[in-house]
Amino acid sequence: MQLYLPIAEVSVNAFLLLGLGGIVGFLSGMFGVGGGFLITPLLFFIGVPPAVAVATGANQVVASSISGVLAQLRRKAVDFRMGLVLLAGGLVGSAAGIWVFQWMTRLGQVDLFVQLSYVLFLGLIGAMMLQESLRAWFRSQRGGPVRRAHVHTWVHGLPFKMKFRASGLYISVLPPLGVGALVGFLAAIMGVGGGFVMVPAMIYLLGMPTKVVVGTSLFQIIFVTAFTTLMHAVTNQTVDILLALLLILGGVVGAQIGTSIGVRLKAEQLRILLALLVLAVSVKIALDLLIRPSELYSVMPGVLP
Amino acid sequence: MSGAGLRQGLGIVALAMGAAGSPAPAAESIVAGLSQNRVSITADFDGSEILVYGAVKRNAPLPEGAMEVIITVEGPATPVTIRKKDRRAGIWINTEAVHIDAAPSFYAVVTTGPLRQILSETEDLRHRITLPRVIRAIGAANESGSPTEFIEAMQRIRIGESRYRVLQGAVEFTEQTLFRADVVLPSNLTEGEYRVRIFLTRGGRVVDAQDRVVGVRKEGLERFLFSLARSQPWLYGLLSLVMAAGAGWAASVGFGILRR
Repeated sequence: MQLYLPIAEVSVNAFLLLGLGGIVGFLSGMFGVGGGFLITPLLFFIGVPPAVAVATGANQVVASSISGVLAQLRRKAVDFRMGLVLLAGGLVGSAAGIWVFQWMTRLGQVDLFVQLSYVLFLGLIGAMMLQESLRAWFRSQRGGPVRRAHVHTWVHGLPFKMKFRASGLYISVLPPLGVGALVGFLAAIMGVGGGFVMVPAMIYLLGMPTKVVVGTSLFQIIFVTAFTTLMHAVTNQTVDILLALLLILGGVVGAQIGTSIGVRLKAEQLRILLALLVLAVSVKIALDLLIRPSELYSVMPGVLP
Repeated sequence: MSGAGLRQGLGIVALAMGAAGSPAPAAESIVAGLSQNRVSITADFDGSEILVYGAVKRNAPLPEGAMEVIITVEGPATPVTIRKKDRRAGIWINTEAVHIDAAPSFYAVVTTGPLRQILSETEDLRHRITLPRVIRAIGAANESGSPTEFIEAMQRIRIGESRYRVLQGAVEFTEQTLFRADVVLPSNLTEGEYRVRIFLTRGGRVVDAQDRVVGVRKEGLERFLFSLARSQPWLYGLLSLVMAAGAGWAASVGFGILRR
């Protein structure tokens, strides 16, 4: 069934959109990532203009995150206090990111900048996670002594300590604020929720238990992406509500299925899979930059500033 | 009822004859009609078709030489930026760019024969019929050493997207009098006024020309959402968020019930 999208101004198959939303929602529920880094390239691929894809992708992530958080909430796996601290940092970082983004746009290399940040951050985080989770996996296979998740490091010597009961942590608020700011910054630049940065940062930097990481990350993502959606709708008018609706219908169902499967997997397995996914996207974008494109020219309506 | 106007448009043969800009005294003139004078983009829009038909009206016996018909359909023009990628430090990045003042978002030329044979260079310049003449690129030369390469690339890309098409020999022309042609409009259509032009040529010279306009407009839900997004962006943005929140909540509740 073909459907004409009012803002994107293209006609696409409605079932294809439902399917795309479903796949991304599934991954989102399973790993606690918003899925923005997947949905946006997929929408480009089916012919949706990039500006509409970025803005509408953010809108779809809002819905799948809410669905995911509610599912996690039933298992009491959301640390609201930590989420709010991360969010506070995130808003500061996001404001800085929007400023840098505008600066790069003026220089005329924003596409390259975005692609390079994707390759760099996805590649780095994916590789780190894969290495760590594989080591943990082999250790548990051998049945050796399991090392505790949070070892005391310099992070625990910082002032302004706060109790995060759901995470079982008593740490300074500075590291979560910093992590939040970094993620907000990346989110604004790369047009994503930032879950793929947030999840490993929570596990490795803050030492949060994997059980609460997914729910807390999703909780925070809701607000970051809602803010992004609203900004795009107001400044660029690029949110396609009909496109979003179809992606969301597929996405919310996928997220619920993903969450219930994620619960049954072991934490190391979950991390290995997420690492592989992140690496795959990073390699794909890197190849796009390295291989000679079949069409060297590109056409964009409108004049650049 | 939006379909009424459409049906009314069917079969209406235009009254205007020997339209303005016809170069020769109208010994031969066009009587033409369009299957529809408006196209509605609704939610299930998947491309459309315009049938252009008509006849040649003659006051004198048939002159020497074969008569040819050229029909063009032109969508609203916009400025365009064409970029070229180049390899710098191992990666492919956008380097050069050329700006075009006005390029149509859609353009189709349908003819009875090869354009080179049925249309002279001078007439093409005057009426802007072939693709390179339609794309106005004044000042593009200042930005790049070879703007022609960029313009050719744009033509290639837009032909690939079915935005531009050249169909030589696709006009049915019977007995040097009756003609008809179907122009397929793609599904990625832009709103606006589409200009339909019909030319009669003989020996490369334009004998008569006629101009029509087809209005392409979003209708119903498409119209409503599009204008809401433009006129009430805050409301529209909040609506998108409410929809997202509602769907997320509904799915969670629904699955909660299923699991119990």
